[in-house]
Amino acid sequence: MTVQDTGLVTRVPDARLNDIIKIAVLAVGGQGGGVLNGWIVSLAEANGYAAQATSVAGVAQRTGATIYYVEMMPEGARNPVFALAPAEGDVDILMAAELMEAGRAMQRGFVTPDRTTLIASSHRALATSEKIVPGSGISDPTAVLAAAREQAQDAIIFDLETMALNAGSVISASLFGALAGSGRLPFPVESFRDTIRASGRGVEASLRAFDAACAAAKEGYSDPQDVAPAKPQAEVHGPEKLVRRWSALVARAEALPVPVQDMAKAGLRKLTEYQDIPYAESYMDQLEAISAQDKDAGGTEHNFAFTETAAKYLANAMAYDDIIRVADIKTRKARVARIDQEMGATDDHLVQVTEYVHPGAAEFVSLMPAPLGRFTNNRPGLYRFIDRMVNRGRRIRTDRFGGFFMFYLMAGLRRWRRSLLRHQEEVAHIDDWLTTAKGRLSQDYALAVETLKIRRLIKGYSDTHARGLAKFDKVMSGTLLVEGRDDAADWTARLIAAALADPEGKALDGALETIRSFTTVGRA
Amino acid sequence: MAERSFKKEVEQLRIGAGETFRGEGILAITKALLENGVGYVGGYQGAPISHLMDVLADAEELMAELGIRFEANASEAAAAAMLAASVHYPIRGAVTFKSTVGTNVASDALANLASGGVTGGALVIVGEDYGEGSSIMQERSHAFAMKSQIWLLDPRPNLPSITEAVRHGFELSEATNTPVMLQLRIRCCHVHGAFEAKDNVPPSLTVRDALANPRRDTNRIVLPPASFNHEKEKVEKRWPAALDYIRTHKLNEFFGPETGKVGIALQGGMYNGVIRALQRLGLADVHGDTDVPLYVMNVAYPIVEDEFLDFCTGKDAVLVVEEGQPNYIEQNLRAILHQAGRNQTVVGKDLLPKAGEYTGRIMFEGLGDFLRQHAQDLLPAAMRAPNEPKEIDPVPQLRDVVPARPPGFCTGCPERPIFAAMKLVENEMGPHQTSADIGCHLFSIMPPFEIGGTTMGYGLGPASNAAFDGGGDKRPISIIGDGGFWHNGLSSSIGNAVFNKADGVTIVVDNYYSAATGGQDILSSRANNPTKSTQHPIAKAVEAVGVEWVRQIDRTYDVGKVQETLKEALTTDYKGPKVIVASSECMLNRQRREKPLRAAAIKEGRRVERPKFGVDEDVCTGDHACMRLSGCPSLTLKMPDDPLRDDPIAHIDQSCVGCGNCGEVADAAVLCPSFYQADLVHNPGKWERRRADWRRRAIGWLQDRRASRRLTWEAGA
Repeated sequence: MTVQDTGLVTRVPDARLNDIIKIAVLAVGGQGGGVLNGWIVSLAEANGYAAQATSVAGVAQRTGATIYYVEMMPEGARNPVFALAPAEGDVDILMAAELMEAGRAMQRGFVTPDRTTLIASSHRALATSEKIVPGSGISDPTAVLAAAREQAQDAIIFDLETMALNAGSVISASLFGALAGSGRLPFPVESFRDTIRASGRGVEASLRAFDAACAAAKEGYSDPQDVAPAKPQAEVHGPEKLVRRWSALVARAEALPVPVQDMAKAGLRKLTEYQDIPYAESYMDQLEAISAQDKDAGGTEHNFAFTETAAKYLANAMAYDDIIRVADIKTRKARVARIDQEMGATDDHLVQVTEYVHPGAAEFVSLMPAPLGRFTNNRPGLYRFIDRMVNRGRRIRTDRFGGFFMFYLMAGLRRWRRSLLRHQEEVAHIDDWLTTAKGRLSQDYALAVETLKIRRLIKGYSDTHARGLAKFDKVMSGTLLVEGRDDAADWTARLIAAALADPEGKALDGALETIRSFTTVGRA
Repeated sequence: MAERSFKKEVEQLRIGAGETFRGEGILAITKALLENGVGYVGGYQGAPISHLMDVLADAEELMAELGIRFEANASEAAAAAMLAASVHYPIRGAVTFKSTVGTNVASDALANLASGGVTGGALVIVGEDYGEGSSIMQERSHAFAMKSQIWLLDPRPNLPSITEAVRHGFELSEATNTPVMLQLRIRCCHVHGAFEAKDNVPPSLTVRDALANPRRDTNRIVLPPASFNHEKEKVEKRWPAALDYIRTHKLNEFFGPETGKVGIALQGGMYNGVIRALQRLGLADVHGDTDVPLYVMNVAYPIVEDEFLDFCTGKDAVLVVEEGQPNYIEQNLRAILHQAGRNQTVVGKDLLPKAGEYTGRIMFEGLGDFLRQHAQDLLPAAMRAPNEPKEIDPVPQLRDVVPARPPGFCTGCPERPIFAAMKLVENEMGPHQTSADIGCHLFSIMPPFEIGGTTMGYGLGPASNAAFDGGGDKRPISIIGDGGFWHNGLSSSIGNAVFNKADGVTIVVDNYYSAATGGQDILSSRANNPTKSTQHPIAKAVEAVGVEWVRQIDRTYDVGKVQETLKEALTTDYKGPKVIVASSECMLNRQRREKPLRAAAIKEGRRVERPKFGVDEDVCTGDHACMRLSGCPSLTLKMPDDPLRDDPIAHIDQSCVGCGNCGEVADAAVLCPSFYQADLVHNPGKWERRRADWRRRAIGWLQDRRASRRLTWEAGA
C-alpha cells in the first residue's frame, strides 16, 4: 500500500466496520451471564463468524452488577481487531438480565436510539439498599421502562425470569431465546437451538425457556400492563346466621360515601377474620360516626378522604398483631395447602413445617386477663421470673399434632381477646389517636387526614413494635408544634416519610429539629 | 475443589502443531507454557488470574507426564521465591498472581531474584486488576518492574500475541539473566479467541534431574560484595542485552504508514482500544490497518530509546496512550526527546485523563481531540468539527432510580449469620473498633451490616488492630478469613498477638476454601484432595502458637451461639488474645458438591430432606427488620395484594437454599414469628407416611371444626 501524505484524500470509514455486531450483557452476579456469553460465541463460530468475548471476573460475580461483552463479524482471511469492552454509543444489542441493570446500561450510555436493540427482563432482583428501608424503598420500574422506550432503537422487555422458571430453567436460556426472537443476529433460530443442545446440560429445560422467550420476542410481547390481575371474587362461607349478619354489614358499607366503600369492605373482612362479626360491627359503628363528622366538616369536597383513611388505619389498628392472630394464621387449613404448593409437594412427598417463634414475658402478660396482667406488670420480680420461664427461641413443628395443638389452643384464646390486657391498651391508644384526628377535622381537614396516617408507623413485634410506637409518639408531638400553620399537613406527611426512612429514626429526629427551629420561640 | 472446573478444557492443551487452539486467554497462556518447555509452575490465586491457577491444577496430570512440577504456593511471596529454582539451574519457571496486591506481597522475593539474576527463564505472569471489575487499590505493576529491574511485557490483548509473549519472555529472561513480568489485564485474561498451536515440549532439565545434581554459585546470592556487583551488572550487562534482544526480535511493533505528521505510542495492552477509536474516527479498517502511525510497546519496560526516536523522526506530535498513573512511560519518552534535543510535541495525560481506565469513550474522544489539534486534515469531514458537548448522563431521570449493586454475600452464605450476630452484639453493647481483612467477609462493610473500618492486606486484619491491642474500655475486634489466615495471618496476625500479649478478639471466618478467589483448597479445607494435604484445623494451629482462649463454632448459622461467644470474648476476665473460629462450608461450593449427590439419592429412592424458608404474609408487618440483618438475595420484598397495607412485605424466593439464617436471626433478634422452615421429604418411609397421614387427619379435623364456626373466604369459581 502506498501512502499519500497529501492530506487531501476524502476519507470514509471502512464500510465493513458496520458488519461488526457488538453485544453487551449486563447481569447480576450468579445469574449465569457467563453461560450466555459462551453460547453467543459458539453460535457465532458455528455460523462462520469470528467472535471475541470478554468478561470481568472477580468479586463482581458475587451478587454484584457485572458485564459481559461479545463482538463478531463474518470470518475472512485476516483476523479483525475487536474491542475488549463496550463503548458508550457503540453497542448494537444490549441484554440486561434484570430491569435496573437495563437502567444502569442506559446510564452508562450503552443504549442509544441510533443503533441499540435493548433486550431486558422486566423482573426485579432487589438491591440491598431497596430492602432495608423500613417503609418502601423499592425503585420505580416505570421510570426505567419509559427511559428504555426513549433510549433504545428497539426495546424488547418482558419477564424473562418467570418465563425461565416456568420452564424449569434459568434466565440465560430465556435471554438467548429473546435474542433469537429479536432477529438482530443473522443466524437461523435452529442454530441457536443447536448451540444449546451442544452445551449438554439441562438441555430440555433450556430449550423450553428458549422457545417461549423466542416466540414472545417475535410477537412483540410485553408484560400485561394491568398490575393487579383481575382476581376471582372471594366468596364468603360459614354458618347461615353469620352470613346474614355479614350481608347486613356489607349493606351498611355500601351506604357509606362511594369513595369509602371498598376500603370499608376490606376492613370489615379483615376484622371478621381477625375476631368476629360483632367486632366488625363495632368498626362499622365507628366508621359511620366518622363519616357523619366528615360530612359536616365538608368531606364531600375532599372525596371523604378522612373517612377512607380512617377505614384503612382503624381496621389495621383494631387488628393489632398479637400472639392469638399469629397462632390463628398458622393453624388455618389454607396455609397447609399454600406451603405444599410452594414446596412443589406431590403425593410422593411429605412436608415438615417448623415455626420459629420467640415469645417473651411481654407477650405472655399481654395474654393475661386485664387485672392479672396489670398486677403482674406492677411487680418487677414476678415479671422477671416469667421472662426467665418463657423467654427463649422455640422451634415448633406444626405438622405434628403436639405443636399444632399448642398453636390451636392459643388461637382459641380469640374468644376472650376483648378481656385481655393487650386489648384494653390498644383500645385506649386507638381512642386517643382518633380523638386527636377528629378534633382537627373542623380546623384543618388535611392535617386531620395526615394524623390518621401516622398510624402506619406502628408495626412489627417486640422491639420493632416498641420503636414504631416511639416514632408514632414523636410524630404526634411534632404535629402539635405545627398545628395551626397552613403547612401543618405537609409537615406531618414529611415527618411520616422521615420516620420510615431509617430504623433508628435519625431522619425523623432531623425533621423534628427543623420544625423546632422555626416553631419554638427563643431558639434561634 | 475450585469453583470452576477446567477438566474438559485442559484436554485441548494436548493438541500439537498444525491445530488451532480456541479458548480463554488464561488457557492459551497455559498452553504456551507447555509449548515452551517450562519446568515448574506455581502461583497464588486471585482475580483475574484465579482461573489460571485452576487450569494449572486441573492440568496437573498432563504436566506430570511432561515432568513439570506444579505447586500451589502459600502466598505470592512464596510463589516468587519458588523462582529461585531458575537462579542456578537452566530450568524455565513461571508463577502467577494478582497484581498489584500480589506483587506487593511478592516484592521481597522478586527484588532478591532480580538482584542475583537467573539462569533459566523466569516468568512472572501478573493479572493486572485495574479498572472495571477490579477489587483492589488502583495502582500499577509498572513501578515494581522499574524498581527491581524486571522486564515488563504488556502484549497486545489477543491470543497469538500473548502466547508469543510467553515464548519471548523466557528467551528474553535467559538472554539477559533477568526475570520477566508478563502483564495481562482483566479482560485479556478472559478474552476468548484462537491461535495456531505448537507441540508441547518437555523441559530439557527437570526439577527432578536438578535435585540429583545440585549447584550453587556464591556470586548469585544477595549478600555483599555480590549484591554491589549485581547492581552494576544490571545496568552494564543486563540492560543493554535486553535492548538488543527487544530490537533484534522486534518485540515492539510498528503499524500504519512509515511517515506522517503525527503518531501514537502506546502500551501493547491498549492496542485494541486505540484501533477501535481509530476505526470510529474513520482512520483504521476492520483489520486494524491504520492511517496513523503506531508504535506499540509490547515491552513496557525497558524503553528502547532509538526505536522511539526513529518513530518520532519527521513527526510534529506524538500521543502517548498509557493507562494508570503515575505516567512513567510518558515521563521517560519526554526525557528521551529532551535529551536528544528533539522538538516534537508529546501529548499524554495533559489530554487524556490522569487517572482511571481508558474506556471506549475516553479513547474515542481523546484520540479525536489529539487529531483535531494536530492533524485536522487526516480526519474525515464529519470528525473535523469540534466535539459535541459531552453528555455525561444520558438519562438523568434515572439518577435516583437505579440502585447501586455492590457485590455481597451469596444466598445461604455461612458468613452472613456471623455478621448478623456481630450486628446484634453491636446493638446491645455499642460499636467496637473493628478491622476487616481480604476475602468475601469484607462484604460486611456494606449495608446492611456496615461492620469493619479498614482492610490493610491479606491476613493482616488482626495485625491492623495492633495499636489497639493494649486494651482499654472496650476490646478491639478483628476479622480474618481462612485464606488470609494461611496466607500469612497465622504468624503476622495471630502469633504476634500472642507475643505482644494482645487483649483483642479475632474472628476467623473459616468457610473451608479460599472462597473469594474461586473456592480453591487450602490447608484447613475439609475435602479429600488427591494431590494436597488438607484437614488441618485452624483451631489447632491457633492453639499451637500459644493462644489459650479459643472457641470453635462448627455451625455459623447458630446466630445465638455466635452472639453469645462474641459477648463472652468481649467481656471475659481473661487477658490475652481471644480467637473465635467460626466454621461452615461456603454455600456455593456446598451446593455444587451436594446437588448432584442429592439428585442421585432421590433417584435411587433414598429419603432426602430439602429445606426452604417461607414467610407468612399476613404475619409479616413490612417493617423489614429482618432485611437489615440479612441482605440475602433470596430474601426479598413483594407488595401484598391488600388495599389496607402500605409497605411491601418479606418474601423468600425459589433460590432459597434453606440455610436457616432467616429463622435464626428472627429468633436471636426477637424479630417476628413470620418465618417458617418447610422441609420437603423425598421418598418418605412407609411408616413415616402413615404417621403423617394420621397427623394430617387429626389436624384437618380440628381445622374444619373451627372453620365451620366462623366466616371464611374462598376464591369463587
